[in-house]
Amino acid sequence: MCKNSLVSISDYSKEEIIEILESASHFEKNPNRKTLDGKVIATLFFEPSTRTRLSFETAVIRLGGSIIGFSDASTSSSSKGETLNDTIHMVSSYADAIVMRHPLDGAARYASEISPVPIINAGDGSNQHPSQTLLDLYSIIKTQGTLENLNICLVGDLKYGRTVHSLIMAMSHFNPTFKFIAPDELKMPDEYKLFCKKRNIKFTEVSELEDNFNDVDILYMTRVQRERFQDMMEYERVKNIYTLNNNMLINTKENLKILHPLPRVTEIDPDVDSNPKAYYFQQAQNGLYIRQAIISKVLNI
Amino acid sequence: MEKKLKVAALCNGTVIDHIPTNKLFKVVTILHLDKLNNQVTVGNNLESKKIGAKGIIKITDRILKDSETNKLALIIPQAIINIISNYEVVEKRTLSLPKEIKDLVQCANPNCITNNQPVSTLFFVHENNGEITLKCNYCERETKIDKVKLL
Repeated sequence: MCKNSLVSISDYSKEEIIEILESASHFEKNPNRKTLDGKVIATLFFEPSTRTRLSFETAVIRLGGSIIGFSDASTSSSSKGETLNDTIHMVSSYADAIVMRHPLDGAARYASEISPVPIINAGDGSNQHPSQTLLDLYSIIKTQGTLENLNICLVGDLKYGRTVHSLIMAMSHFNPTFKFIAPDELKMPDEYKLFCKKRNIKFTEVSELEDNFNDVDILYMTRVQRERFQDMMEYERVKNIYTLNNNMLINTKENLKILHPLPRVTEIDPDVDSNPKAYYFQQAQNGLYIRQAIISKVLNI
Repeated sequence: MEKKLKVAALCNGTVIDHIPTNKLFKVVTILHLDKLNNQVTVGNNLESKKIGAKGIIKITDRILKDSETNKLALIIPQAIINIISNYEVVEKRTLSLPKEIKDLVQCANPNCITNNQPVSTLFFVHENNGEITLKCNYCERETKIDKVKLL
């Protein structure tokens, strides 16, 4: 088992999170380095992903490393029924680290237990996606100058959205105040509210979007997915009231930034894109520097 | 008046006492007692000062393994296990949940890797305000102890 793996955001202490964020800011100033010269990084994408895979691969290439792997499980031997155990044993004999996305929950933890080289979890089913969380934190600290004592509003699918759950865990080190805005069908699960209560983290819950975020520093939007709804009438209603537009932003704070893990569908009106408070595209770009920092950390470079 | 045992005394083996009456046959199933060739005595709805009515199981010439004791802790935590040698109780085990439960419980999440690939299950036992939950080491989902499915 390799101790350097990054499977879940809770694997990192507050100090390690801060260390990664500082490292990412150095990579942002100078992303092209040759620190991975001669290293081979495997990117195993058993499930398709555009942004995550491209930014991990760009991170490796800009650091001078080489990439092996696949972006579609149907071109790998897992389509012939090979177990994850066998794939990891084989690939870990070729590569210095493995970046993996897998459709099954817990696949990354399992891989980290059997792999002699570090595993970086790029998403395991609906469970964890720690590099997304770290780039969210990086976007927050970059735009707010701090992670401490912020008002953070989480909007949309708070029930199934793994990015919001991981963000709560990661932000718990920094005394945040949360506001959860979700339709009844997609409310924040009790286990995360319990988590907040145990750590004395303040939170409020509402079900209407409009006029409910005028005091916040970060507005974190997520996608409301059609397949989560039993009642299509309800989906249509929710979809419409959960669309953020420029008019809703008039009375918000000057330092407010809007984040979204992307891809976006209807939850942010395109008219918001040109608003200086929109930050979701820069957020995606920040993913590159965070992933350079993560790869360097797991390889002790 | 001489106290008479409702169930005959055991020479050597294991007595599982104070089993809640609605869990008795569950214990029979999870210990696979129906497949055992040893003498097994099963009694239910016997008087109990502690819990009103109880079940009891006596297994001749067999001592429960630790893994079996752990399994029982999941469903009948209040039961008592007596190990008998030559009609004497030589060991009294109270059941307590271990911190980790390996290979005994099935994860409730159908998308968990343990339900889809040959991976042994591992759970961590958590307690919140008297409510016990098991957290899967892999998919990180928590399941309340009364909803747990044994493998």
